Amino acid sequence: MKFIYTFLIVINILNFNLLKADEIKTENEIAKNLRCLICQGQSVYDSDSEFAISLKLVIKNKIQQGMSEEEIYSFLKMKYGEWILYDPVFNKNTYFLWLLPILIFLVGGAIITRKFYYKK
Amino acid sequence: MKSKFISLILILIFIITFLIFYKGLKNSNIYTPNTNLEKEVPSFELKSFENDSIIISEKIFENNNYYFMNIWASWCIPCKVEHEFLMKLKNNEKIKLIGLNYKDNFKNASSFLNDLGNPYDLIVSDRDGTASIEWGAYGVPESFLIFQSKIIKRFIGPIKNEDLLEIQKLIR
Amino acid sequence: MASLIGSYSLSFGLFFSVFIIFFSVRNLRDTKILDKKIISFTFTQFFFVVTSFFGLIISFINSDFSNETVFNHSHTTKPLFYKISGTWGNHEGSLLLWLLVLTLFISIFLIKSSQQPKNYRIFTLLFQQIIIIGFFIFLIKTSSPFNYLFPTPNEGLGLNPILQDPALAIHPPILYLGYVGSSIIFSSALAAMVTSHVSKEWAKHIKQWVLASWVFLTLGILLGSIWAYYELGWGGFWFWDPVENVSLMPWFALTTLLHCIIVLEKKKILTSWAMILSIATFALSMSGTFLVRSGILNSVHTFANDPERGLFILIFLFTLIFLSIFIFIFFHSGKDKKENNFFWLSKETSILVNNWFMMYFLSVVLIGTIYPIFLEVITTNKISVGPPFYNKLILPFLIPFLIAMAIGPNLNWVKSDFKDKFYMMIFFTISFLLSALIIKQFDINFLVNTILVTSAFFLFFSTLREFFVKRFKNLSQNIAHFGFSLLILSILFNNIFSNEVITNLKIGETFKTEKFTINFENIDQEDEKNFKAIIGKFNIQYLDGSSDILNPELRIYNQPNIITSEADIKTNLFTDKFMTMNYVQNQEYFNIRYQVKPFMIWIWISVLLITFGGSLSFFNKRYEI
Repeated sequence: MKFIYTFLIVINILNFNLLKADEIKTENEIAKNLRCLICQGQSVYDSDSEFAISLKLVIKNKIQQGMSEEEIYSFLKMKYGEWILYDPVFNKNTYFLWLLPILIFLVGGAIITRKFYYKK
Repeated sequence: MKSKFISLILILIFIITFLIFYKGLKNSNIYTPNTNLEKEVPSFELKSFENDSIIISEKIFENNNYYFMNIWASWCIPCKVEHEFLMKLKNNEKIKLIGLNYKDNFKNASSFLNDLGNPYDLIVSDRDGTASIEWGAYGVPESFLIFQSKIIKRFIGPIKNEDLLEIQKLIR
Repeated sequence: MASLIGSYSLSFGLFFSVFIIFFSVRNLRDTKILDKKIISFTFTQFFFVVTSFFGLIISFINSDFSNETVFNHSHTTKPLFYKISGTWGNHEGSLLLWLLVLTLFISIFLIKSSQQPKNYRIFTLLFQQIIIIGFFIFLIKTSSPFNYLFPTPNEGLGLNPILQDPALAIHPPILYLGYVGSSIIFSSALAAMVTSHVSKEWAKHIKQWVLASWVFLTLGILLGSIWAYYELGWGGFWFWDPVENVSLMPWFALTTLLHCIIVLEKKKILTSWAMILSIATFALSMSGTFLVRSGILNSVHTFANDPERGLFILIFLFTLIFLSIFIFIFFHSGKDKKENNFFWLSKETSILVNNWFMMYFLSVVLIGTIYPIFLEVITTNKISVGPPFYNKLILPFLIPFLIAMAIGPNLNWVKSDFKDKFYMMIFFTISFLLSALIIKQFDINFLVNTILVTSAFFLFFSTLREFFVKRFKNLSQNIAHFGFSLLILSILFNNIFSNEVITNLKIGETFKTEKFTINFENIDQEDEKNFKAIIGKFNIQYLDGSSDILNPELRIYNQPNIITSEADIKTNLFTDKFMTMNYVQNQEYFNIRYQVKPFMIWIWISVLLITFGGSLSFFNKRYEI
């Protein structure tokens, strides 16, 4: 683990640009997974509202402060509630959301395989 | 028999779906956050409005005093509407008004205050809007009633007369 | 004046439904041939709706602001083209368009179905009349496009500038042709059940309607997507927005039906399933209308929110659903049980597998779209379901789906063997190596992406080979499947290779990344008829020395007073360069969004290929399965 850290730091120093590109990528990634709360069905990434522009800046600052993606999500969830996250957390409210499609898939598969015969 | 049973379940599901959609129609699809949550005041470090001196949040909010923090901007039209109520609130000595100037420039903001009066005891400026995010704010105008370093009430959008009365009741 | 005529025509049109129903019911028992009066009444009704529609168009062209709809959505300075397209760019007008297409389609149906049994035709007409009457009442009661305003305003409020776009002008009509086409499928499926006409002949005849609706729906979705890409300025083409989802759901159902009906046409099996799909397709189209028009969902498309309208569609929708369940239970007999087993490896099975996956995709989209409504009503918790959810649940299932799609069309009916095993192996190996080579270049999840791209390549190569092996046999299907492989490949590459930057820049500043440098050179101002434009000049320099000049615009419209940003897009065969510039309150800098999006144009081309395949099958039976 320590090795990886030193390795990362070395890369950090040697290649500032590369890290920056990564930062931009995570920044965009995070902004895409957030709902712009004052817009109609837009992500923060897609929106150009004042709120979204500021929020993108906050994300950028937080990344530079060394916060991880998860930490930023939970920070924003604390400030704005679950409504801001486009990727619904798996909890008792969303069991059905995540599992119902899979269940339907399995039931569909069962119905189809019951119609098969294998004998030549 | 089996197909009858399935149809029955199907009809039941559709009836439930109907009822839920029916109720859902009455809900608003605009996000309305809980305005009565007791939350700690987020700490911040911001530049003062008048000069570039840095103000730390811990220095502002003393424990046994009421504060009314108002996010505003000179370009925001609803802010003009709520301004008269802020001026009224200024007359109440039990409460201190803090202005958070949102994405504004000094010239426009000070002429705004010169024209309409300055209700604030202290103004800090949030040039890029990031501090407002720390407060969980959506935009301008938005206000927070603070007591003992806790947000006791939050107002999204311009303050109305009822809000003013409510604030005066709360801080009595 | 035009409004007045339009308004009266609408009432007359509704009135004619009474005649149509009266003569239809009388004709059910009477004679062996269809009463000519019914056809003429249906055409008269269509004529009245056309008159009404033209009445509205003329009010828009003349900028007759005594008409409330015109006042709310038009303006004298608007170009003529957008005055006309403004007719259906709003809730009231678009509903009138729905009605127009409804009456048009049933007229066409009556002409085209002369080979079919009389009572089946009459019942289809009757069921269609239920829908038509529903829309008439909805239009007249809750959303009349002909409300009179007095005193007459001098100027209208204008059409939202982002709706002033050629793609969006034709997007609603095309999409509605698809939606409403599914209403014919719905009515005729109910009629076929009532008159026990569910047969190979029925399948053959309704397949044309399925194909036509499917082609229009696909094109409609494509146009909406193109509009979103060019006009919204977010640099994407699909956002999993609820409104996009509600157009995708009937598409899934219709695509499933399209495949299922082929089996029904050949073997008269899967009849119950075909009935369910026919009903579901229209029910989904209608729920789409409900979800969009009621304002129950938080979406980009904001029609005026009116709970009364929502309630009407909701009751109407569920009446239709219960009616169809009732007919399905009491009239439909699944008499094809003896043939209802399949050998595990056969064309029938492969189509069933297609149906299975399609239904899964449909359920993901359906649940993702309406779950938040359910949760909020039941627990008052508000959650958002966005792109990550759909990606996680759909992408993994795409892999077996693509592979099955490559193998399926080569199987025989009834019983089959794997054919061309040798080629399949070769193609699979090539696809895998190719994908691994490509994905390795990028810092992304290797395993998932490689397998995904492999399966897409596999379908690509297999379908490509079939063009040479099968020549004109199954050409339409082959083109559509080839197009689909191309679509998936372009979407995947578009995602993997895209490069995006959002930053704040002042004039004269430069922004550097490892791949390119953006130089904000200057801004220009131009005055146009109905807006002021601020045009930025950006010079982008790439590592290899090449450079691009991009000129994104900010437009300040006067009517209504809205700032929009116009993207500047440089398109070539390999990549799109996309730039927008946005105004930030009281700052010297602008918010700049620059994206390099590879294979963008191939997404459009591949969807066009898919629809071309469908149209080929519609027009020329020679190229069919």
